[in-house]
Amino acid sequence: MTNDIIVAGLVLAGIEIWLGDHRLIALSAEVQPSRVLTVMGPSGSGKSTLLAFIGGFLDPVFKARGDVTIEGVNLTDLAPESRRAGILFQDPLLFPHMSVGANVAFAVPATISRRSERVRIAAHALAEVELDDFAARDPATLSGGQKARVALARVLVSQPRLLLLDEPFSKLDMALRQQMRSLVFTKAQDAGLPVILVTHDEADAQSAGGEIYRMDAVSGQEP
Amino acid sequence: MRKWGLSSFIGSRVVAVYARSAIVLTVALLTLPLSFGLLGTLLPALGYLPALGGHDIGLEHFGRLLAMPGIWASVWLSLASGLSTTAISVAVTALFLAAFAGTSVLRRLQHWLSPLLAIPHAAAAFGLALLIAPSGYLIRLAAPFAGLDRPPDLLIPHDPFGITMTAALVLKEIPFLFLVSLAALPQVELVASRRLAASLGYGPVAGFLYLLWPGIYRQIRFAVYAVLAYSSSVVDVALILGPNLPGTLATRLLQWMNDPDLSTRFLASAGAILQLGVTATALVLWYFAERVCGRALTALRDRGHRFPGDRSVKIAAASAVIVAIATVFSGLALLLVWSFAGLWTFPDLLPKGLTLRTWQAALSQLAMPLITTLSAGVISTLIAVFLTIGCLERETETGKRGGQSALLLLYLPLITPQITFVFGLQILFIGSGSLDRFAALVLVHLVFVLPYVFLSLSDAWRQFDIRYDVLAAALGRSRLSALLAVRLPMLTRAIFTAFAVGFAVSVGQYLPTVLIGEGRIQTITTEAVALASGGNRRVIGVYGLLQTLLPFIVFAVASIVPALLYRNRRAMQV
Repeated sequence: MTNDIIVAGLVLAGIEIWLGDHRLIALSAEVQPSRVLTVMGPSGSGKSTLLAFIGGFLDPVFKARGDVTIEGVNLTDLAPESRRAGILFQDPLLFPHMSVGANVAFAVPATISRRSERVRIAAHALAEVELDDFAARDPATLSGGQKARVALARVLVSQPRLLLLDEPFSKLDMALRQQMRSLVFTKAQDAGLPVILVTHDEADAQSAGGEIYRMDAVSGQEP
Repeated sequence: MRKWGLSSFIGSRVVAVYARSAIVLTVALLTLPLSFGLLGTLLPALGYLPALGGHDIGLEHFGRLLAMPGIWASVWLSLASGLSTTAISVAVTALFLAAFAGTSVLRRLQHWLSPLLAIPHAAAAFGLALLIAPSGYLIRLAAPFAGLDRPPDLLIPHDPFGITMTAALVLKEIPFLFLVSLAALPQVELVASRRLAASLGYGPVAGFLYLLWPGIYRQIRFAVYAVLAYSSSVVDVALILGPNLPGTLATRLLQWMNDPDLSTRFLASAGAILQLGVTATALVLWYFAERVCGRALTALRDRGHRFPGDRSVKIAAASAVIVAIATVFSGLALLLVWSFAGLWTFPDLLPKGLTLRTWQAALSQLAMPLITTLSAGVISTLIAVFLTIGCLERETETGKRGGQSALLLLYLPLITPQITFVFGLQILFIGSGSLDRFAALVLVHLVFVLPYVFLSLSDAWRQFDIRYDVLAAALGRSRLSALLAVRLPMLTRAIFTAFAVGFAVSVGQYLPTVLIGEGRIQTITTEAVALASGGNRRVIGVYGLLQTLLPFIVFAVASIVPALLYRNRRAMQV
């Protein structure tokens, strides 16, 4: 292990995900920091299971093998909460019982334990997505675009090793979608994060600009 | 070798250990008291109870039991009132849902039906008695027209056929079955099926019964069995409204159990086993009735009977539910008025004056029963909530649900007649010389509170969007932290409601309290039922009302506190 060459980016080595006798995904890939791997497939093809496998929350009905390594750390050895695999879903999923600021502060790593410092980091992260002065707000009072930006700020302050995007733009309206795409990809680039994007929208893939892995509903073979 | 962060490792271990222990404890609570209780009843029934000099195994006590005067009449009463209560409650619930599920009528009546669940059986029975007794309110209303100046000589409420008792049970079981069915409704395709049935020319009631009811019934089946078991072995309602000579089997058992002559306990044990047989017989008969009704429904469906003009069925179903609601609420109103009544002679519609005397006199004796009621309720319910959350967390962790067998396990204490196994527990507690009666009381309440708390909380827990859990973990939070900071706060309302349900169940417990308390522990409910034979309507008013108020206050707190806690969070409001 110690003699291995440490690759900077995310390495997916021999990933296979099975549902019974049916192989949904077979994939090996490298994703460099600030680059995007897009996984395309129609709904029902099981493309989200790849993200679930990487994040460590794959439903036990699926069987999976393969290694996910980043900066020499094999994520599959780690508990989900130790993987630091940041994720954005279709819905922003802001915690409805917390203020906007508390939502973001919740994600600040545990190593920063001073409350005032956590609040400051959260406020700064909100300012980064142009939501200054939103910390005290009730998430339910935000617009769809604002919620999406809070979710982005939240995942970024958690200091993730990589970013998993599960069709995060599909519920936004057209104008907002383009805005969010560029914001998310810019932020991921600035943070030097490897990104895996799962989508069925060609425009998402083009905007991401990276390698594309296509799967179809039936076999999910490599192209 | 897994590389876990230390704090997250601890956080996840704590939750895993808690969840696993909760499962073990819950299964133990649902099965052990039941099994030991049954054993504790069966052995004395067969003559074995060394503490009272019983060493020889035999059927002698069953012989004595069957020689008791009127024993078969008692058995018949229990069987008939159990089956008729269940049949009427299920029929009304089915027809009402068939007629109105998905309509505004149902939504409006739902607000009135739900609170009925929180009213203890005894309080509902007292209210009914004040309404329909010979000097009750209905006859007072009729008196001027019928020319009555004194109460007619009618054997109501304690009519020999147990009709009044059955009526009171129906009043309480309709809301229960209604709410259980309502929880099952999202599992079936209501709107689409209704449209489909209508487009093919079926009346709404027939369409619902053909397409949806079988699916709903499959989900509520155990709740129906619980109703059957309860109503065929109920004690408090039977004491208040049931026949006297002879009484139902369960009321006679209670007399024998409380007999100062300890040797009567052998007889009582044999009787308790007979009660188990009666309830089992009722369940078997019901099982056949299920099949017959299922066949009949299929036969009607296969012949294409559409029953398009079902207005009369709709009106009948709505009337039944409205009458049930009105009866219970007017009963409560009568309890209230009686508790403040001064002189109130027949056939006056209102008392001559109002007074605080009854309350003042009662309050001086209320303190201890009230404290016992509250503390037994709060402690047993808190434990139940804690265990339930652990079990549900285990479900989340493994991604597997218990399925039908786990559900049956949950319903086991509700499908077994209370009197059969709680009496055995009482014998065991005495036999073991354990004197910590209050702890025993809490434990026995817990056996009945736990299933209701679980049933109440599990839907909300399972419907919780699991992506919030995923997010919390992806943001680096341990399971403990995710549970405490995300899932439990987001489920505050459901948890509080489950608590209120459990508390109401505990407050309503009569038989377990009497048996385990052995007359030395009083709660509001045991005091109220003890007053029934005295017939002092003013005092009954006070206790019946208190019995109702306690769960209502807890339900009110359960809805207000989460609303206050999250008053600035719109998505947390209902």
